[in-house]
Amino acid sequence: MPAALASAHLRTRRRVFALTLIAALTGTLVLATGASAGFWTPESGGGSANAESIDTLYGLILAVAAVVFFGVEGALLYSLIKFRARKDAVPAQIRGNTRLEIGWTLGAAGILVILAVVTFVMLDDIRNPPNSDADGYPTARIVNVQNASAYQPRPPNGRALNIEVNGQRYIWRYTYPDGDDNPLNNTFNYKTLVVPTKTTVTLTIVAQDVAHSWWIPELGGKMDAVPGHTNFTWFKVQKPGTFRGQCAELCGRNHADMLATVVALEPDDFKAWLENKRDEIDANNKEAQQRREEELRDIEEGDSPAEDADPQEEETANQGEGS
Amino acid sequence: MPATETATLVPEITAHQVDPPQRGWVSWVTTTDHKKIGILYLVTTFVFFILGGVEALLMRVQLGTPDNTFLTPSVYNSLFTLHGTTMIFLFVVPIMAGFGNYFLPLMIGARDMAFPKLNALSYWLLLAGGLVFYLSLFFSPPEAGWTSYAPLSAETYSESSGMDAWIFLIHLTGISSLLGAINFYATIANMRAPGMGWGRLPLFVWTLLTYAVLLILALPVIAGAVTLLLTDRHFGTGYFDQGQGGDPLLWQHLFWFFGHPEVYIMVLPGFGIISEVLPVFARKPIFGYKAIAAATVVIAFLGLLVWAHHMFTTPSATIVLVFFMISSFLIAIPTGVKIFNWVATLWRGTVEFKTPLLFAVGFISVFLIGGITGVFLAVFPVDWQLHDTYFVVAHLHYVLVGGSVFAIFAGIYYWFPKITGRMLNEAIGKWSFAFMYIGINVTFMIQHSIGLDGMPRRIYEYPDVGNLGLYNLISTIGSFMLGFGVMLTVWNAVRSLKKGVAAGPDPWKGNTLEWFTESPPPVNNFDVVPRVRSVEPMKDIRRQVARQSEPSSDLSPAPAGTSP
Repeated sequence: MPAALASAHLRTRRRVFALTLIAALTGTLVLATGASAGFWTPESGGGSANAESIDTLYGLILAVAAVVFFGVEGALLYSLIKFRARKDAVPAQIRGNTRLEIGWTLGAAGILVILAVVTFVMLDDIRNPPNSDADGYPTARIVNVQNASAYQPRPPNGRALNIEVNGQRYIWRYTYPDGDDNPLNNTFNYKTLVVPTKTTVTLTIVAQDVAHSWWIPELGGKMDAVPGHTNFTWFKVQKPGTFRGQCAELCGRNHADMLATVVALEPDDFKAWLENKRDEIDANNKEAQQRREEELRDIEEGDSPAEDADPQEEETANQGEGS
Repeated sequence: MPATETATLVPEITAHQVDPPQRGWVSWVTTTDHKKIGILYLVTTFVFFILGGVEALLMRVQLGTPDNTFLTPSVYNSLFTLHGTTMIFLFVVPIMAGFGNYFLPLMIGARDMAFPKLNALSYWLLLAGGLVFYLSLFFSPPEAGWTSYAPLSAETYSESSGMDAWIFLIHLTGISSLLGAINFYATIANMRAPGMGWGRLPLFVWTLLTYAVLLILALPVIAGAVTLLLTDRHFGTGYFDQGQGGDPLLWQHLFWFFGHPEVYIMVLPGFGIISEVLPVFARKPIFGYKAIAAATVVIAFLGLLVWAHHMFTTPSATIVLVFFMISSFLIAIPTGVKIFNWVATLWRGTVEFKTPLLFAVGFISVFLIGGITGVFLAVFPVDWQLHDTYFVVAHLHYVLVGGSVFAIFAGIYYWFPKITGRMLNEAIGKWSFAFMYIGINVTFMIQHSIGLDGMPRRIYEYPDVGNLGLYNLISTIGSFMLGFGVMLTVWNAVRSLKKGVAAGPDPWKGNTLEWFTESPPPVNNFDVVPRVRSVEPMKDIRRQVARQSEPSSDLSPAPAGTSP
């Protein structure tokens, strides 16, 4: 009978359709589990303790989320298969169930209370840095920046290497402390932030032009650099290594190229690097000073400024990569 | 005589002349009929949806391989600005107004909106906003993202007049939505059918009411903010310029004070559509009508209190972070309640797998993922890692594509027969659903991992490290499946306009009053407005018709609108 044929044909088509759907979903799931551990959790490991804590917190929420996810999707799938329209099936005319509804409202609230408590318990480890190790780089007490809004992390003994991170299109500038009040004569570097291991490093994050966001995934969460505001974060690296990140707040056309690298060195190597950098900057400054004086002399003598003095040169010398 | 005097006091409408009905394009340009305006809204916003989709696909092509040079940074930044702005201001928000325009009066048994001319103005302002914005393509489109953060949107950093086009788009579509919202509110408050108390209002109308109230509360804030931005850019003020005593963070606060309610503005009417579709195809009343209506209102209220969870990485005191984490948690509760109620609506029903139901169920299953990842992002220390990465992109697309778009498609398949009088093709509809469902998950599931691997959003290129290349390629493939699924529905709609099976007034055996009238409805909607006695007036009417035709059931034809 044509009608029966048609319905059989329809049934096959439905089956093919359902099978395709199931195959696609299973494929996605297999692909998901087959991939590396990084598939499910943020970057972590080898970095800083705050990143590790955030990773743990993420893992806990993921576990709770998985239970909710499979519970609800399971119930949905079950009711679709079990209660699909069949001959003689009569839909139950239920309009609600107050007890059940109050129950799942409280259940949802309960889960969120647990998540909030876990977050508060872990918050201290994420926000507040530990002291530097005894064999770390010697640091001074960090000066408390009076700030009405942002939270400035401080280790218990108040001592940390406090570096200013300045976001500018499309590069990061790092200014190291040197003990005096004049920040203009401090050692600085671009692009690469060189830090000592076993030492608590606090960052004071500012922006020069538009908003940027400082983010090295393995060294803790991101903090926005907003013009007119000061933001803070910290990290403490135990082993020498290189950590990469990039600006995370849209800052213009070359936002994608505003990269940041943190290189952690043993405290002694760091000390050597810092002194080396200091000398390099001093030498460049001296050279620039000399050139300015020469140019000034030339002008006084009535000649045009020296043609060979390339204004770029000084800039490039100062921006020289560290490590 | 006293009798005649009282007679003249009765207000009456006198027709001085009867205009012949307009024909052709003039009838569309001059119409004040809510149904025609609704169709204008639906078609216009869908065109913008396609435009926004093409922009998304161009971006996915660029990101398909590492270090790609298909697009320049400037074009890429323009594309994500156009894509975000289009999808939000020119598609999701106004298409909900489109459904609202068409179905709100029908569902409450009214003959038109409260202010038909205002209604027409709403539509034309929307179109004007869209045109002003898209004309910037011919000079220099904006590049600061749909969020247009200061100071990047200041004149110093965004000289292009495209930025101003963006500002005028916000103004024009904002006024359009405000007028529309006032119209919805006035219509719902005053023009319900006799007997339709607040407890018998269809759930889609409840969500439209909350949508309207949220728009009225949130839109003036963004209107003010973009006005400040405009004066900053052109008249020397410094509201967002720290150098002049202003503050870039002020923009973020103002923007998100509007921006987060906007999320609920976009998704609540979607919740309404789901709450209409599920009971019809499960042949079972909605589970917990009052809880769903109440959850809608609670979500709207809490939605006004969570804005700074978009700003967890800005310089903020801990107590502020804690407040916005807790308020964001709270909003998960009524949202969860709705999902449980929807699943319970299917429970012990007889589920008929028609395309609208597939989209509605697809909505529940993927929106759940968006809801769950929202909890991750609400925990502020975790957000410090996830913020501004592809994890957030995945989250918001699960909410807006898996949520709003699926609900919109459920609405299209559910109501197309009412609007056109013809059914959409079921087979094409199901294939469209399959491609969209798989496409969404392939595109956006992997983006969680892309974000967790450290890829920020809004970057035009990325280096070939780790699995980023592979993951992004998967995402790109998924986006084309999604796009193909959408095009299947477009083809289905165009094809069904001519070839579709005649629908009759009530093809789905619906519950609400729009199914009481013909498909498409006549200009006056209803010749007789029935008295409403429950949340499901059409069920009552069908029962009554069946009862009346019972004695002669062998002879009389089946009651109108019972056969699909």
